Amino acid sequence: MTLSREKATNIRKVAREVRLDVVRMVHAAACGHPGGPLGMADFMTTLFLEHLNLTAENRLADDRDRFVLGNGHTCAGYYALLAQKGLISKDALLTFRKMGSPLQGHPNRNLDLGIDFSTGSLGTGLSVAQGMALGARLNGWDSRVYCTSSDGESQEGQIWEAATSAAHWGLGNLTVMVDFNNIQIDGPMREVMNVRDLEAKYKAFGWHAVTVDGHDVVAVDQALCAAKEVAEQPSAIIAVTTIGKGVSYMEDTSAWHGCAPNDEQLAQALEELSAPVS
Amino acid sequence: MHQLAPLSDGADKFIATRAAYGKALLELGNQHQDVIVLDADLSGSTKTAVFRKAHPDRFFNCGVAESNMMGTAAGLACSGRTVFASSFAMFATGKAWEPIRQTICVPSMNVKICASHAGLTVGEDGKSHQMLEDITLMRVLPNMKVIVPADSVETAEAVRLAYETPGPVYVRLSRASTPVIFGDDYRLELGRGSLLREGSDVCIAACGVELAEALIAADILASRNIEARVVNLACIDPIDVDLIVDSAERCGAILTAEEHQIRGGFGDAVAQAVVRHHPVPMDLVGMDDSFGQSGPAPDLIRHYGLDGASLADRAENLIKRKKR
Repeated sequence: MTLSREKATNIRKVAREVRLDVVRMVHAAACGHPGGPLGMADFMTTLFLEHLNLTAENRLADDRDRFVLGNGHTCAGYYALLAQKGLISKDALLTFRKMGSPLQGHPNRNLDLGIDFSTGSLGTGLSVAQGMALGARLNGWDSRVYCTSSDGESQEGQIWEAATSAAHWGLGNLTVMVDFNNIQIDGPMREVMNVRDLEAKYKAFGWHAVTVDGHDVVAVDQALCAAKEVAEQPSAIIAVTTIGKGVSYMEDTSAWHGCAPNDEQLAQALEELSAPVS
Repeated sequence: MHQLAPLSDGADKFIATRAAYGKALLELGNQHQDVIVLDADLSGSTKTAVFRKAHPDRFFNCGVAESNMMGTAAGLACSGRTVFASSFAMFATGKAWEPIRQTICVPSMNVKICASHAGLTVGEDGKSHQMLEDITLMRVLPNMKVIVPADSVETAEAVRLAYETPGPVYVRLSRASTPVIFGDDYRLELGRGSLLREGSDVCIAACGVELAEALIAADILASRNIEARVVNLACIDPIDVDLIVDSAERCGAILTAEEHQIRGGFGDAVAQAVVRHHPVPMDLVGMDDSFGQSGPAPDLIRHYGLDGASLADRAENLIKRKKR
């Protein structure tokens, strides 16, 4: 079933709020990673609003869905979405990266806030996520496990160890969403170390895999719906995105992978992100 | 006052700690449905195959992919399972150290890493397989407990203790058959060492396969009218500071013995307690900044000075450094 026009519009509105929060949070912290979460905001919001069964009420329930942010450095957007879902207070968002805050520079497992696992070291998240999926199946839980990854993270060998075992064990309850923006810290991914066709790679490893426009919330929703229908294979959704999406000077450049805007840049970002959503 | 640990009455009984692990794991799995076992294509050697045969639905072979095995273990632990993950110590702790740190120790997951084929006594496989740095790699990690059992009885206790202790635990196991030292009623407690022989001239503190060598050394020293206290410190993290301080006070000198690099290993852990709480002369027996080589285990132990006779000589020299 196609996402209704109302729902799609709401996702775009919430994604815009997430982007506004991301730039505010990174500005307040005076450091962090704005580019990734701005690029991921549309598909992450689609996942969190329409698919991920995680609420303030069920956050400790056995059969809730699990989420692992494999590319942990993009956590500003993750925290903003947890705030949208009522698991983190809006005020807490501005404590991001500060001493004593539960909103660490990279995610720190905190079930009370809905943070299912600690990440930050690239390559580790997918292994944990497929372990969670295996555990859910063993326990007879009707829960799905979602994990994010990225084109840069796909350079890590452990990703392909996990891709091998998840397919071997037929973990149909596992979905990985790969943020494919062709940008990593040192420059364009295709120049640093080209990971090539990730859809073909995941398929070769035995996964159900599709490539979608990561900013097209209808297409992302359809891919997430289709993944639920695949019973005995894990699913990979390669989401093609533009890093820094929505802030003109951050788009499609590695300069804003891990850099905070100054006051003037923040004002411009907030203005650009405040444009009406269709 | 420390009591002497119950010792085995059957002489010349030899069992590898890895074999004892396989047996203990099977019994644990029979008792507790939450136990899941992972291996990385070495289940015949690590002896997790014993569990696999009895409980195939709770055993997962991760293939030759140790880093992914550790992440899988952490993910399974999120579903309330107690996960035992095994491979050779080299690959379990060496190759997979960073996933162990990030996905098991940082969030303090209920994962027990029980690694076999540790140390020189791997023997003929040589230096690529003789893991001599695992104690260092594991004890340096916050939240990780480290246990190095000396025989089959203590291994069974280590498995029980690992299961009963929440959070990450590392258990170091050996390939070679080693003497059974403890009696069946021996109990291992977290953070508690045990006393095997009383003496006041020098203390030999050992763990793992070196405990048997320490007992041989004590016999040799006794023939030279030197009474050595022999202390077993299987639990390296947390370590029994009280027993170490008591030994330093009573003996005035401590020799440590380990089948491992002395840099950062077991002797270092004992030395930290001694330096902080009751400084006395010490010497550390183990691998001194070198790798091993292929050869029969007993020959290797002798070649690198880890045998009872070498320990006795080192202890005698250490006594000369005691304050008069």
